[in-house]
This record gives sequence, C-alpha cells and structure tokens, in this order.
Amino acid sequence: MTLLSSVTGRLTAAALTLSFAAPVLAQETPQAGGVANVAIQPEPPGLMLPLVQNAPTQRVAGNIFESLLRYSTDLEPMPQLAETWEISDDGLTYTFHLHPDVKWHDGEAFSSADVVFSADVFLRQTNPRTRVILDHVESIEAPDDNTVVFTLKEPFPAFIQAFEVGTMPMVPKHIYEGTDFYNNPANNHPVGTGPFEFAKWDRGSVIELDKNPDYYEDGKPYLDKIYWHVIPDAASRAAAYENGTLDIMPAGSVENFDIPRLSEMDGSCMTESGNEYFNPFAMLWLNNREGPTADKRFRQAVMYAIDRDFAKNVLWNGLGEVPNGPFNSTLASHDDDLEQYPYDPDKAEALLDEMGYDGEPVRLLPLPYGETWTRWGEAVRQNLEDVGINIETESSDVAGWNQKISDWDYDIAFTYLFQYGDPSLGIARTYMSSNIAKGSPWNNVEGYANPKVDELFAKAAVENDSEKRQAMYDEVQQILHDDVPLAWIMELAQPTIYRCNVHDLITTGIGLSDGFKNAWIEQQ
Amino acid sequence: MPYVSLILGRVFKAVIVLLAILVFNFFLIHAAPGDPAAVMAGEAGATDQQFLEDLRERFGLDQSLPVQLWRYMSGVLQLDFGYSYRQQMPVLDLILDRLPATLLLTGAAFVISLAFGILAGTLAAMRAKRPSGSVIMGLSLLFYATPLYWVAMMAVLVFSVMLDWLPAYGYSTVGAGYTGLTHVGDVAVHLILPALTLGLFFMAVYTRMTRTSMLSVSQQDFVKTARAKGLAPGVIQRRHILRNALLPIITLAGLQAGQMVGGAVLTETVFAWPGIGRLMYEALMQRDYNLLLGIFFFCALLVILFNMLTDVIYRLADPRIKEAT
Repeated sequence: MTLLSSVTGRLTAAALTLSFAAPVLAQETPQAGGVANVAIQPEPPGLMLPLVQNAPTQRVAGNIFESLLRYSTDLEPMPQLAETWEISDDGLTYTFHLHPDVKWHDGEAFSSADVVFSADVFLRQTNPRTRVILDHVESIEAPDDNTVVFTLKEPFPAFIQAFEVGTMPMVPKHIYEGTDFYNNPANNHPVGTGPFEFAKWDRGSVIELDKNPDYYEDGKPYLDKIYWHVIPDAASRAAAYENGTLDIMPAGSVENFDIPRLSEMDGSCMTESGNEYFNPFAMLWLNNREGPTADKRFRQAVMYAIDRDFAKNVLWNGLGEVPNGPFNSTLASHDDDLEQYPYDPDKAEALLDEMGYDGEPVRLLPLPYGETWTRWGEAVRQNLEDVGINIETESSDVAGWNQKISDWDYDIAFTYLFQYGDPSLGIARTYMSSNIAKGSPWNNVEGYANPKVDELFAKAAVENDSEKRQAMYDEVQQILHDDVPLAWIMELAQPTIYRCNVHDLITTGIGLSDGFKNAWIEQQ
Repeated sequence: MPYVSLILGRVFKAVIVLLAILVFNFFLIHAAPGDPAAVMAGEAGATDQQFLEDLRERFGLDQSLPVQLWRYMSGVLQLDFGYSYRQQMPVLDLILDRLPATLLLTGAAFVISLAFGILAGTLAAMRAKRPSGSVIMGLSLLFYATPLYWVAMMAVLVFSVMLDWLPAYGYSTVGAGYTGLTHVGDVAVHLILPALTLGLFFMAVYTRMTRTSMLSVSQQDFVKTARAKGLAPGVIQRRHILRNALLPIITLAGLQAGQMVGGAVLTETVFAWPGIGRLMYEALMQRDYNLLLGIFFFCALLVILFNMLTDVIYRLADPRIKEAT
C-alpha cells in the first residue's frame, strides 16, 4: 500500500504529462511570452494568502504561493512542491518528498523546515479552516531537508485533500518566524515559491505579477506578466472584455445574463472546468428552531414548491446541476440513487395542509451578491407564495446578511458553501450538532441536531476503509434527504470566459485559483 | 480687524462642527448591522470563535463603545486617523493615495460644467425667444433628468465598445509604462468620458440657473438705463446682466465644489476610476470603520472649506455683501 500510493503519485504525474502531450500535439507546443489581462472582482483586501482567506485573494495570490499538492479535475492529488508522497496502511502517517530545487522569490532555498513552520505554527494561528483539519494531526516532523512527515492521531482519509494552496499555502519561515504575522512588512510584498512574483499594486486599479525567472519547473511559466484589472462594475467589466482590453473573465466577473453574449463573441471560449474542488453549493437555510420551518413537513414542502429547473435554465443559463440531496454530485461519495424532489406544487400544498400551516408570515432573506441572486430571490418568493406560504422578503447588504445568519435571525435565507472535495471538510460542518454556535454564517446555522447524523459523520471522517465509509455516507444522505434540514437548490457552475488563443488556462480542479503555471498564449 | 475676528470665529465654529460630525458618524456606523470582523470572517468562507475574537482584539473592537470613541478621537486630535482593518494600511495613506485621482476627476468636471453651463445659459438667455434657445434648454432638461449611471454606461458602449475612440475604464493604460507628457496625455484621454459624464448634470443645472437669473436681471431698471445710455448689447450682457446674475451660480458652485471628494461614487464605479468615492463605498460595505470615518472627515472638511471660500467670493463678486455683514 505504501509503495502503491507512492507509485500512484508518480502515475498521476505521468498521466498529467500525457494528458498535456495530447492537446499540445494537436495544436502547437506552448509558446513563451505574452501578457494576460484578467478581471478581478472584488479587489482583494491583501495578497498574503496564508493570512487573508477569501476568493479574490486566492485568485491572484494562487500564482504567488504554492502548497504541497494540486488536484486534478477528478480531485486526484497531483505533485506540486511535493514530488511524491506515501500514506501508511493504517492511514496515520503521511510522508511527503519535496522538490529539491525550490527557491523562495527572494532567493532563499525552500525546505522541509518551511513546511513544518507553515503548518504547525503559522496556519494553526491564522486559518480557522486549516486549524480544524490540523486538529487531527499529532506531529509534523522534518527528518531531512526534503522530507516532511505528518503523523495523525487517528485515520483521517480527507487529509490528503487538504494540501490545496488556499488551505495549506507555504509561508517563508525565514521572513515570518518570531514576528507579528499580521504586521510583518512582507505582507505588502508577499514572498512565495510560485510561478509568478508580486510586482506592483496600484490600489483601485491594477495588480501586476511578473514571471518567476527561477521557477523550478523547466520552461514554466510561459506568460511574462499577469495584470489583474480592478473594475468594480459588472457591466463595465463586460464592456472591457468586448472591446478587447481583458482576455480572461473568471467566474463571477459578469452577470449571468451577459454570459451568452460574451461567450458567443468571435474568438471567445468558455469552460465550466476548474470548479471541482470548491463546487459552490447553493442552499436555503431553513431555521429548524422555531416557526413553520421547524416542521419537517414544511421544509419538505419548500423542496417541492421551488422550481429549481426554472432557476437553472432561466437565471443560470442552463449551467449547473439540480442536486438530489445534501452531497454535491461531483463528490465520490455522492449517492446517485437518492430520489430527486420534483417540482410538485400540489404535493407541497398537501404537506402544508397536513401540518396545518395557518399563513404565519415567513421571512425570506436573499443573498445580496448581485442581480442574479436578487432575481433568484424573487423567483423563490413567487414559488413559495404559489403554494400559499406567506412570504416577507427582507433586504440587506452583505454585512447585514452575514449578521442575521450568524445571529440565527432569519426563517429562510439564501447562501452557498464550498465543498472542499470531501464530505468531512465541506459538508459535515453544516449538519453536525457540535457545530452549532452563534457568530459564524458558515457552521450549522439552521440548528439541525440528530444524534444519528452526528455519529455517522464523526465515524465516517475517521474510517480508513472506503467501503465502510461509503456505507455510512449513504445512510447519512438518506436521513438528511428525508429530514431536509435545509433546501438544496443548485450546484452552481462557475464558467470562465476567455480568448480562445489562451491555452491550458485551467488544468486542475482548483482552476484559476491555483495559478497560471501552464497557461500560454498562441501568438497570431 | 473685524475681518480677522470674523475668520477666526468661522474657524472655531468649523472645528466644533467637524468634531461633532465625527462623533455623530462614529455612532451612526456602529449602529449598522455587522462589524468588520464578521465581514472578514464571512468572506473567508469558514470561521470559528477564536478567529473572530482574534480579529476583534486586533481591531480594538472588544472594547466598549465609549472607549473606542475615546481612542479614536484622541487619535484624530493628534492627526492619527488609525488603521484600515481590511486594507492593512494606515487610513491617511489610503486616502492621500486616492485623493489626487478624485480631485482630478471632480475638478475637471467642475470646470467643464461651470464653463459650459454659464456659456450655454447665457446663450439661451440671449436667444430666449428663438428656437436655438429652446434647443439648449431641451438638451439641458434631458441631461438634468437622465440618471448618471445610465449616461455613463451608454457613453462606454458608444465611444469605447462600438467606436473604440476612448478607453472604457481606468486611470491610465495598464502596462503601457508611459512617462512624462505621454503619461499626461494618456491620463487625459482616460479622463474625458468620466469627467463629461460627471459634469453633464451640473452643466445642465448651471445652464438653467444662468438663463433664469439673467432673464430676471435683464428686466431690472439699471439694464434699461444701460440700454438708454446706448451701450453695446454685448457689453450690457457681460458687464451688467451676467455679473449681477452670477450670485446664485456661485452658491451652487460652492455646493458642487464641496462634494468634490465624496460626490463621484457612481462615476468612479462605472469607469473604474481609482478615487475616494469608490474607497468610501467599499469601506461602507465592509464596515471598515476607521477608513469610513477618515473619508467622512475629509469630505466634511472640504465642504466647510468651500463654504468659507464661497463667502469670500461672494464679497468679491458683490461688494455690497461686505457692508451688510
């Protein structure tokens, strides 16, 4: 098994090379040179990814920082700073063999000591999501400069999914050790090992990254520069793509109704790939504590009342998937056989009659993330009113939305959550009763508590046998499917629009968020 | 001497007003739901109690409101506007970094609107009974009534996307590396659309006001006297009518000038102009208290300064005012 894992690591590397070879032969060999002009929205608050955890920061800084692994679009681990790795048979020891010739952007050598410092000291202090994962870790040791050994307290199979750049970015020990991390001057000029280096940031205008000339993978990166254009207005971003100023529009750069127009332009391409690791899952929080939403029949009625196919086809341009239960369909542990909740207003009305719903007002809080979400709020409101639910829509800005959900001050509220490639990282947190605590909009804010579900999630997370684990996940999906602690409304697609002469832009399941290492521009 | 004491009195009042504005704003923005720690935790997509407590402690938000106010005010009195939690930079640096772009934009819009507004208004007054006058008034009504963001979007669509004459957004060409005169030219080209967009509304206001004011002045006895004296019509228009019609325009110009820091949020957003208005809007959305208070302070300061300046200009334009005070 030990040997096998190591071989798998190498095989994945080989498979990657092969999968690269195919399109390269079909088109041309990658050409060096060229500049990428990319939209970024909103402007990141900072670029020190190990300190600042949010999506726009990672979009840009995913080029500056690296982690030990990347993940394919099937979420298989791929080599990055670690060339190979082994997992012991008992699932307790993870050994990583680092690439020997890696240098930080300031010229210092990268070594296993940096890995130990990053994981054991820096990220434990600064990243709440990584902190939870590292709770499973007994010790992190560096037997030599190029080897790191993580020893776990108990088997935790999802651990191999945790070496993504946003979760476990490597921090230069020689710069940060013994300093106040938050006030280190290097935060304004981040130093990583990645294919691009920080060059300049004109706040409010543009972030400039330069090619790392000493990058350890031969010939890479191909691009000379990346400019991240800060344009606050969605319509202006669309115009800037139309008139040729921008080449790459990451997901969320334009409103959904503009996507068909932009992607159908001459020389414009679109891909939904690069989304597999995060897989944002749109849901309606249903407050399980009080009011009509505390009744299971009401929550089931909501599932029947909402026309999710309409939302997909009209609001999201047919992109995305309608989920059949609490697990995203791209997860290996997803149960394909769960029965889909169809759009069935009659059944919804029957359920409401059965529970004796008396027209008590129910508050609906849409997500203030732009026009598409506003319209989605209107569509859901209409669906719910059609079956006789008395809806009061509330409005709020992002900070207010955040606050209401964190304080459990809502009846029905829109949200979406990242999945992070494994149920124990992205899904269990939403349903386990140990995760009920005011103050966060990302934990079990619906207040669902079911000892059986708690037990299944807790056991599955530390079960090393994949068949036994799957049996538990199948059971938990069935229970949640019937209890409807919250409404699963859409597996969101994240389309990237770009000029077709940009090749190999997205080669992993993390997409634009882990760097432009392989991207190259075909010169006309 | 009375002049000096007048100014001193004004400055004293201004300081009191500024401090009152700061205190009022402080409580106002703390009354909004959510705090910067919650917003940052929300953006992180994952959080725990320790993370929130760490943030609140670093930002000083774990203290009681009066303590926070005391800390903030004592900082301001030493010209220390604090630290932007979110942007991880001193507030003063952030504001000074963005101020030139905003002043360039609003200053250009101010000059354009004032110059063309008075010109168009004068023409409209002189041709009040002719079709050309009606055309000017019709256009000004159109500009007055059209929402700013719509004008901005249409300008981008026509001049940038369809005709490709002018850049769609930004302050200068990204990656061009221009220096010296080429850089100035580059910025000027980028300035045209946003400055015109922002200037159109006030241009329309000045046009209408100039025309009305001039028509009412032209009915007065001293104009009849001037005509009777046989002065040339142009001289009457310029020296007798226009000069006397200027007072309401100065009042309005003072108001517009006072809005120069914070009044361009929409234009800056649509044209991605890296100015204060956007900074303020983002700070509001992110509950970046220190930054928001700092920008409010500068906006208030500018309004007060321009009010004082307007008073001085009144006296220059109409010496009778000096005697009255």
